[in-house]
Amino acid sequence: MKTVVIGVIGADVHAVGNKIIHHVLEEAGFHVVNIGVLSTQEDFIHAAIETNAVAILVSSLYGHGEMDCLYFKQKCVEAGLNHVKLYVGGNIVVGKQDFKAVEARFKKMGFDRVYPPGANIESALAEIKADLGMA
Amino acid sequence: MSVHLLVDFGSTYTKLTAVDLQHGLVVGTASAPTTVKTNVMEGFNAALKTLETHHPLPGAITGISACSSAAGGLKMAAIGLVEELTVEAAKRACLGAGALVNHVFSHHLGRKDIKALKEAPIDIILLAGGTDGGNTECILHNAKKLKDAQLGKPIIVAGNKDAQDDIEALFEGTDIEYYIVDNVMPALRTLNVDEAKHVIRQIFITKIVEAKGIKTAEQTIGDIIMPTPEAVLLAAELLAKGYEDESGYGELMVIDVGGATTDVHTIGQGYPKRTEVIFKGLQEPFAKRTVEGDLGMRYSAKALLSLVSPYEFKRYTNYEGDIEAAALKRFNNVDYLPENDNERDFDQALARICCDLSMSRHVGHVEVVYTPLGNMYYQIGKDLSDIQYVIGTGGILINHPNAKNILQEVNQKSERKLELRPTNPTILLDQDYLLSAMGLLAQKHPKLALKLMKRHLV
Repeated sequence: MKTVVIGVIGADVHAVGNKIIHHVLEEAGFHVVNIGVLSTQEDFIHAAIETNAVAILVSSLYGHGEMDCLYFKQKCVEAGLNHVKLYVGGNIVVGKQDFKAVEARFKKMGFDRVYPPGANIESALAEIKADLGMA
Repeated sequence: MSVHLLVDFGSTYTKLTAVDLQHGLVVGTASAPTTVKTNVMEGFNAALKTLETHHPLPGAITGISACSSAAGGLKMAAIGLVEELTVEAAKRACLGAGALVNHVFSHHLGRKDIKALKEAPIDIILLAGGTDGGNTECILHNAKKLKDAQLGKPIIVAGNKDAQDDIEALFEGTDIEYYIVDNVMPALRTLNVDEAKHVIRQIFITKIVEAKGIKTAEQTIGDIIMPTPEAVLLAAELLAKGYEDESGYGELMVIDVGGATTDVHTIGQGYPKRTEVIFKGLQEPFAKRTVEGDLGMRYSAKALLSLVSPYEFKRYTNYEGDIEAAALKRFNNVDYLPENDNERDFDQALARICCDLSMSRHVGHVEVVYTPLGNMYYQIGKDLSDIQYVIGTGGILINHPNAKNILQEVNQKSERKLELRPTNPTILLDQDYLLSAMGLLAQKHPKLALKLMKRHLV
């Protein structure tokens, strides 16, 4: 069973989406390590190291995700997690912005996939499975 | 009539406590210098003779239990993966079993770490790393390193269960004494130290106690032998929880200021008390012990001084004279007893600093997080603001006329509001030095041990 770490980053306390993601991934056969809301980058990274996770899924709904995710990939590399896939999704930037540009920015930051507000969880799941060689 | 004898082989004194089981009374206590260099039973016999002279025993001795911190106590090394997670879990297993943990390693052991392990006076190594089903690579690497190092020390493997078979295959057939136990952190942030603690105690009884001469009279001393701090922790737990219809005191704390270390034990959940506070980090053990190796009255007097500035030090005392020289005097002569009020005042200041700083490190604290929904708080560690009782023990506190005043230092400080210290606990003293003895007695006669504690802690 592949392990994934999920959580809500930064000073964000939106827990509902987090619970849905947890449920969907578990149904899909993942071992889900949910570190919950108000999580720092270090919380994600430490959890991934100890649990040997293959992917980290970062959620953010409160608009400050871009700041919270700065240098996340670099810290993963520093911690020996270069192989771990990084996903981010939610309302990850301030205001309404062109998603293509947002996606490009987050990919440049080192995230493998970026999901807009209201992204379809089933299609995301298919992509995650494909990325992790489970399709 | 039967008498149960409780023995504490301390680093300097061997202390005996005799309990009359029928009448439920402490018959008396006695002590003699510990004789670890020759045969510890010499000191035991001398103390027993004193006891029998001053307190005629009402009957035959039907049982003896002992705890020991002689020859520096139980010393362990803890190895894990991530500092805040399995390393911390491993450390807590050792501390909870009454050990002193001077060597702590995270991630992959290197040549330098192995060298440190070889040179350190360690009794047992605890090897952890990875949640169950999690990382196996690191613990396997470390197991190989430990095997190659041929340290000749028992190794307790308490990591990812997926790595257990491989580690067993690695150690099997070698002369490594190893024990495979439950993972100290089976799932993220979940603490599970019971089996590891149990095995630490078993090794302590069979190996270490034997090596230090205490087991020479196996017939005399019964089968209950444990590290002294564990006995204190067990006593505290019993006193908090109660036993059958004998009620306990509820959440409490024991603080033991010694010559070399200050130990703090708390019995209590310490969960967040408000909804906007979110607990963060590794699960806290219900019975938690921390040990501060740089806070003590004698061996650590010098180290202690490096923690507070002279200006801060003066807030604790009106001592007249050179503070550094006074600390050095105590460090160089660990048997030193203050000869005048000025020197006693200095000792009192040291004790107050020990209480204050050990409390800062033991209790949890909150951090403010500014969110769009208002202020939220992280709680790291235990919230001990509701602790009902604080019990002081250890030479300085037991013998000091101002002990309760010294212990007030544990209280909430206005300048350190974010520390979750006790707010206004009732302060009790272990004036007859019974806590460790009652922890031992509790293994066979819990109700009596509880009653005696309630009677003698004032």
